Amino acid sequence: MTAKRIGWGAVVLGFLAFFVAVPPLTVRSPIVVIVIAVAAMAAGSYAITAGEKRLGWGGIIAGMIGLVGGYAATQSGVANLERVVVWGALGAATLRYATPLIFGAVGGLFSERAGVINIGLEGMMLMGAFFGAWGADVTSSWLLGIVIAIAAGAVFGAIHALFAVSFRADQIVSGTALNLLAVGVTGYLFVEVYGDLGTPDDLPSVPNVSLPIDWLPLLGDIFGDLNLLVWLALAAVLMTWVFMFRTSWGLRLRSAGENPLAAETAGLNVVRTRYLAVMASGGLAAMGGAFLSIGFLHTFTQNMTAGRGFIALAALIFGRWRPGLALAATLLFGFGSALAQRLPVFSPSGAVLFQALPYVLTLIAVTGLIGRSIPPLALGRPLPRN
Amino acid sequence: MSAPPDSELPPNITVASRMATFFRGGGILAPLITILVAFLAGGLVVLATGHNPIETYQAIFKGSGFNWFFPWLSEDDRIIAALNLQQTLILTTPLILTGLAVAFAFRCGLFNIGGQGQYILGSIFAVWVGSSFDGMPALLHVLVAMLAGVLAGAVWAGIAGLLKALAGTNEVISTIMLNWIAIWTGVWIFNLGSPLQNDNPDQVDVPVSNDIVEGAKLPVFWGDPQLQGLHIGIFIALAALVVFWVLLNRTTLGYEVRAVGFNPDAAEASGINVRRNYVMVMAICGAFAGLGGALDLLGWQFRIATNDIQTHTLAFFGIAVALLGRNTAIGTLLGALLFAGLLTGTSVRNLDPTVFEPQLATNLTYMIQGLVVLLISTDVLVVYLLRRRRRK
Repeated sequence: MTAKRIGWGAVVLGFLAFFVAVPPLTVRSPIVVIVIAVAAMAAGSYAITAGEKRLGWGGIIAGMIGLVGGYAATQSGVANLERVVVWGALGAATLRYATPLIFGAVGGLFSERAGVINIGLEGMMLMGAFFGAWGADVTSSWLLGIVIAIAAGAVFGAIHALFAVSFRADQIVSGTALNLLAVGVTGYLFVEVYGDLGTPDDLPSVPNVSLPIDWLPLLGDIFGDLNLLVWLALAAVLMTWVFMFRTSWGLRLRSAGENPLAAETAGLNVVRTRYLAVMASGGLAAMGGAFLSIGFLHTFTQNMTAGRGFIALAALIFGRWRPGLALAATLLFGFGSALAQRLPVFSPSGAVLFQALPYVLTLIAVTGLIGRSIPPLALGRPLPRN
Repeated sequence: MSAPPDSELPPNITVASRMATFFRGGGILAPLITILVAFLAGGLVVLATGHNPIETYQAIFKGSGFNWFFPWLSEDDRIIAALNLQQTLILTTPLILTGLAVAFAFRCGLFNIGGQGQYILGSIFAVWVGSSFDGMPALLHVLVAMLAGVLAGAVWAGIAGLLKALAGTNEVISTIMLNWIAIWTGVWIFNLGSPLQNDNPDQVDVPVSNDIVEGAKLPVFWGDPQLQGLHIGIFIALAALVVFWVLLNRTTLGYEVRAVGFNPDAAEASGINVRRNYVMVMAICGAFAGLGGALDLLGWQFRIATNDIQTHTLAFFGIAVALLGRNTAIGTLLGALLFAGLLTGTSVRNLDPTVFEPQLATNLTYMIQGLVVLLISTDVLVVYLLRRRRRK
């Protein structure tokens, strides 16, 4: 057996330690959990000594999570467990929570793969949230609401590009500025247009897609009645992957982020490429915002994105600037939120700590403990004046 | 794809050296024009939405209490202006400190977006120490509580410095993550049934901390303590400005910090321990921001609720303060006064609602803040100014 296989085995065992303790298996003996978790950590350690550091550490961490989670589950009541761990509902909630993150992360991918750091995702998402709601309200159409949201996000992206690409500004400073500006602009317009009453109750909302798969166990509960934007988010990941790694446009975009001087020499218009990439980034992030306001909550409140743009950025880094891995990261973070929402059955306050999980994981990821995240080489470097 | 050598990439300029163009050029003119453009743009938005921008800015100015300095003010108006000015100066205190937390990092070529988290850690520890140990001698209690806040902030920011030094982790990413970890830790720690939730039997269902005991409160020296008068924290913040200046301009550490900020490779080559500098600088930044959180708690807030932590935006103004103040001591002071005045002048308590709705005005402040940072992010304005000067 190769070290790689053992490493993967360690990861699987780690999650298994948690999985056996919750419904439907609901093993009540803590010894089973401990044995499986320790096996996971041992396999992980072996994988590290055999040279598979990243997987090995992943296995050890999975083992620790499984140990803590699984042990906690064996110590709590079966009735409580069955109320919390409803896989179908958890799966659907995971996708719901992940959707704005997916749009944000995919949006960030466009910008950062082209070499422009996008700290402003949060602001672009917030713009999408407000203009999605406002557009849907004014035009009485959720579809036009989304279109207006995308336009607003793209405009913000264009501002970011103007400063970051044309003016060669510091990209982190200008992104931070956009976040601050978005809070001000959306807050001002919201108070000006809607006052104390808030957005109207009859705000058009993006419909759910009902699939005739009720009879399927589990899958029916998860995928049977999802919002259209959830499906669009998943489609966006696939299309981004195809675009980025299977088309020549994607290759050009990536070359602008990896080696812009060489790309320029080869005849690529790096400035224009970066402009388009950052504007696409804004439009995608704005769709995530629009999901929050007219897909999920059916209202707009001031600063409603509440850091989701930053979690999306975290997912992008955690997912090493790759669409598939970034999707996995957003699902992991979304699962954390879905679980946190149900955990108050046990401890009302402890569940709050779960919200910090994405940030802790990303912090670990960027330190390189589980394999370093290597950003696009020219990330944050504007073209010099010629 | 094989990695091209670094020489084939566009130059990787540090924030500090890129900003240096901005800070060298244009003298005091560039920040002044930046403010002017931001206020003009804000005024246009006010005008476009059917309000009178001149009256609005006048009302905000009046609400900030800066008219207290006008000698021709009547006795009655002066009393109100004094109350308003006290509020402005109360906010100036944390803005100076969170501004310094950003400015000091910039001088070392680091971007500390983590002021918020460091401020929150400072306030958590200050409220913990300040609300426990009832009966400790008053002066000692205040000092210990402040020190706790300072150390907490320093350690929190030090994590980012350490990660940068040991693993090369980008401090922007790590401080953003640390911000959110701090927020959720704060929300948890004062939540129902959590370690630092208040033990007042009447407030079992309120997610708020214990109150700071009398002995740990900072004395009020101007105005009525019952009406949130001005506490002595402003002098501590002013002292921090002096410390910042001395540290940067009159110590070996400061020399090294500036050298690293300008060109880390050259600094390394000349024998400066760049990694140690990163850790030290971040810790000092965190100490400034943590002190800001501690002073706010011990000076006028006296308790902290989970809601305060989640809606907290003050520390983000530190970025605008530092950038506008060109990362200098005197500039940070002026920047802090400007934004404290704006925040106070647009608050529900101070702005005349018949002239302009305070809720709108608060968002106007955010917009102006965003525009200021956006305009400073580029050196276009300065390059333009320099060219004009050369032409003359």
